[in-house]
Amino acid sequence: MNPGKNEKIDQKFSAILEAAERRRKAFTETPVPKIHIGMATCGIASGALETKKAFEEILAERNVEAIIHPVGCIGHCYAEPVVIIDHPDSGFPPIFYPEVTAGKAQMLVKLFLGEGDPRFEHILGATMENDLIPSLMEFPRFNQEKRVVMEKCGHINPEDIYDYIAEGGYSTLAKVLQLSPDEIINEVEHSGLRGRGGAGFPTGRKWKLARNTVAQEKIVICNADEGDPGAYMDRTILESNPHQVIEGMAICAYAVGAHKAVVYVRSEYPLAVNIVTKAIGQAEELGLLGKGILGSGFDLEIDVFQGSGAFVCGEETALIRSIEGYRGMPRHRPPYPVQKGLWNTPTIINNVKTLASVPPILDNGAAWYRDIGTENSPGTAIFSIVGNVVHAGLVEIPMGVSLRSLIFDICGGIPNKKKFKAVQIGGPSGGCLNEDFLDTPIDFDSLTEAGAMMGSGGMVVMDEDTCMVEVARYFLDFTQKESCGKCTFCRIGTYHLLKILQRLTKGEGLDGDLELLETLSRDIKAGSLCGLGKTAPNPVLTSLKYFREEYEAHVKEKRCPALMCRALTAFYFDLDLCARGCDACATCCPVDAVFTTSNRKKGVDQELCVKCGECLVACPPEYDAVRKVSPPNLVPFIEKIPDKKEEGR
Amino acid sequence: MPKLRVDGKEIETKQGTTLLQGCLDNDIYIPNLCFLESMEDPSASCRMCFVEIEGEKQPITSCTVNVKDDMVVKTDTPAVRQLQRTALRLLLSVHHVDCKHCPANKKCELQRIAKFLKVGLKPKGLERYLQETEIDRNHPFINHYPNRCVLCGKCVHICRRQHGQSVWTFAQRGFDTVISAYGEAGASSLTCGKCDACVKICPVGALTFKDVQEDG
Repeated sequence: MNPGKNEKIDQKFSAILEAAERRRKAFTETPVPKIHIGMATCGIASGALETKKAFEEILAERNVEAIIHPVGCIGHCYAEPVVIIDHPDSGFPPIFYPEVTAGKAQMLVKLFLGEGDPRFEHILGATMENDLIPSLMEFPRFNQEKRVVMEKCGHINPEDIYDYIAEGGYSTLAKVLQLSPDEIINEVEHSGLRGRGGAGFPTGRKWKLARNTVAQEKIVICNADEGDPGAYMDRTILESNPHQVIEGMAICAYAVGAHKAVVYVRSEYPLAVNIVTKAIGQAEELGLLGKGILGSGFDLEIDVFQGSGAFVCGEETALIRSIEGYRGMPRHRPPYPVQKGLWNTPTIINNVKTLASVPPILDNGAAWYRDIGTENSPGTAIFSIVGNVVHAGLVEIPMGVSLRSLIFDICGGIPNKKKFKAVQIGGPSGGCLNEDFLDTPIDFDSLTEAGAMMGSGGMVVMDEDTCMVEVARYFLDFTQKESCGKCTFCRIGTYHLLKILQRLTKGEGLDGDLELLETLSRDIKAGSLCGLGKTAPNPVLTSLKYFREEYEAHVKEKRCPALMCRALTAFYFDLDLCARGCDACATCCPVDAVFTTSNRKKGVDQELCVKCGECLVACPPEYDAVRKVSPPNLVPFIEKIPDKKEEGR
Repeated sequence: MPKLRVDGKEIETKQGTTLLQGCLDNDIYIPNLCFLESMEDPSASCRMCFVEIEGEKQPITSCTVNVKDDMVVKTDTPAVRQLQRTALRLLLSVHHVDCKHCPANKKCELQRIAKFLKVGLKPKGLERYLQETEIDRNHPFINHYPNRCVLCGKCVHICRRQHGQSVWTFAQRGFDTVISAYGEAGASSLTCGKCDACVKICPVGALTFKDVQEDG
């Protein structure tokens, strides 16, 4: 390693860059239409493979020339499968089409590519300013985002390294290989970057600790063991732009003095595994990884390790144990992995988003990064927003944006005219916040103060029909199942929490249950060995704090105010509204619980009813006769005439 | 030799030892289940040996801290006792309390800790959840009682130390975690039957030789 100007590196890299730019030029300058299809897991799940196939078939059938360019995820899950068609000869700018099914694909080829009609009714917007079609940038979902990590996601083909290089990729690596490791670490430290895995530890300080540890060998691990239910940021980044993560890993390894690195990705992410493995191979071929990277003296070998999907293996010591072939159980820290990690070698573990933030930071400088976000949490936050929200998907926003602006402006608010009730941030380790917190700025410290946490970035928005006790039960069910079983508090404590919550949702809550939940939760937080146990009670504690009356209704009145807990709700038909002779509800009831009354209206046999709610959906809106109540004893008595046939038997 | 202050008492300990061992050596009892002095990395899994150390915000497990000169330690604060009592209650909530028929009666660590912490063996408030399997007879010579086991892992550790590898291992996950020998295949290659290290070290009578009367 020779820090300082190294012309060999520049020469080698400019040869690669030239090749990339040549390809890019040929691609952009050709008048042939380009069809960009989002082909990450989210797109595929919504039918992107069928869409692609339909494009290929119709293009061949009609003998239309076009290039199909598979790209990653652009983050707009609500609109998948997403297709952007760039048809230079049509005079239109590149156009973003949402929800392109196979049929729509055929229609677009026929009408847009064939006849130059872009079909305005199917357009979401144009990807650039123009006079013909409103630009996407006019929508809050687009213009309020700030993309640092995901800038290239959805624009480049993740399986083509030259696509990344043409967009400026790997130039930062070429640049920093000519700096000293200390210069790099100082820059990262000055940028204020904090670990995006959840805890928010300053990345620069972590790197410095690793750098200052004297050892023959050091290892860099990229933690892509994303396990939160409803979180998919890391997967999307690996599937959409793996090279930015690899570049970040290479920079990290060079800075701390490591020659081995591992991408720890769960095997439930087969596409991410494939794409990142392929990307490593391509980088090696171009000399961007391997021995003597870009002609410098720096070697780095990156392996992919597939985790088996245990949530606790996202915890760094358990992650290390699992690579070593043992049960994924955490151990006490210190010693921290930076001192004693994988195979007892000093190991630095960073999250995917942290590593992917590194190239843009070093490219644009620490001051640029500090300008984004807040003072103590610079940069951007990536959330996967799911639940009762109009525009679900991946959003990258500057830190400090309020929850209100994120949920209501950027993501379009709550669907079906429902009221906002709560937002769960940080996955099963995070907390449920009520509407009093909507103006809380999103950053590490404000969220922790509110009792939630940044976590890895999962965000579940809930409307008024959500029962908070049930939500707490759901998350505890998850953490309890994912407890590794090592320490007493987490193993047995979370089980008790779950059992108590289960009986609350069944209306079997006992006096003192809420107090027991509280003290147990506090003790589990204080007493557990690792982060899983220390944070597992958060959903219980926060929902108890902010929605206590809802818990009390479950215990004291056996009532579920949100009408969600099945055991505490019942259906009946309002006989003043129910229409004589109408059978809509009876025909859809899966358990034959609907019976006909003496005046040919309907009643519900509460013994048979499984509370699926089908009748509520089936009842014609002009009658709207189905009522759902809690507690179940509010149901009026409706006499059932004994079935004559049965009686006769 | 480091000198420290524990509960107002000046004590002297060996260099490089853990705080827990240092206290135990000086006849200051701190409840513990999973700690063995010979362990290189204490598993710190029973979450019993909490103490408060001056300068630390929260109670901390004394098996994971090495003694330091001038350390000021309290073993008997309300916060420490709260955690210890909860940990014990949790363990007892999955323990088949039937001391009369248990071979560990009167030498049982749980009994000792319960007495020390003044916690009843049948704690109120928590439901009791026992495993279906009362006796796991998979091992050729030794019976395992999952409903007595506190999962301290001492048997796993001691067996590995004596034989280079362990007959016993943790099986299952989470609440279902048990100690298991995975049948005879593993055991037959070892000198089980002559060696009684695991049976001896078990703090609660969860491992017994088969010739001992089975229900007690």
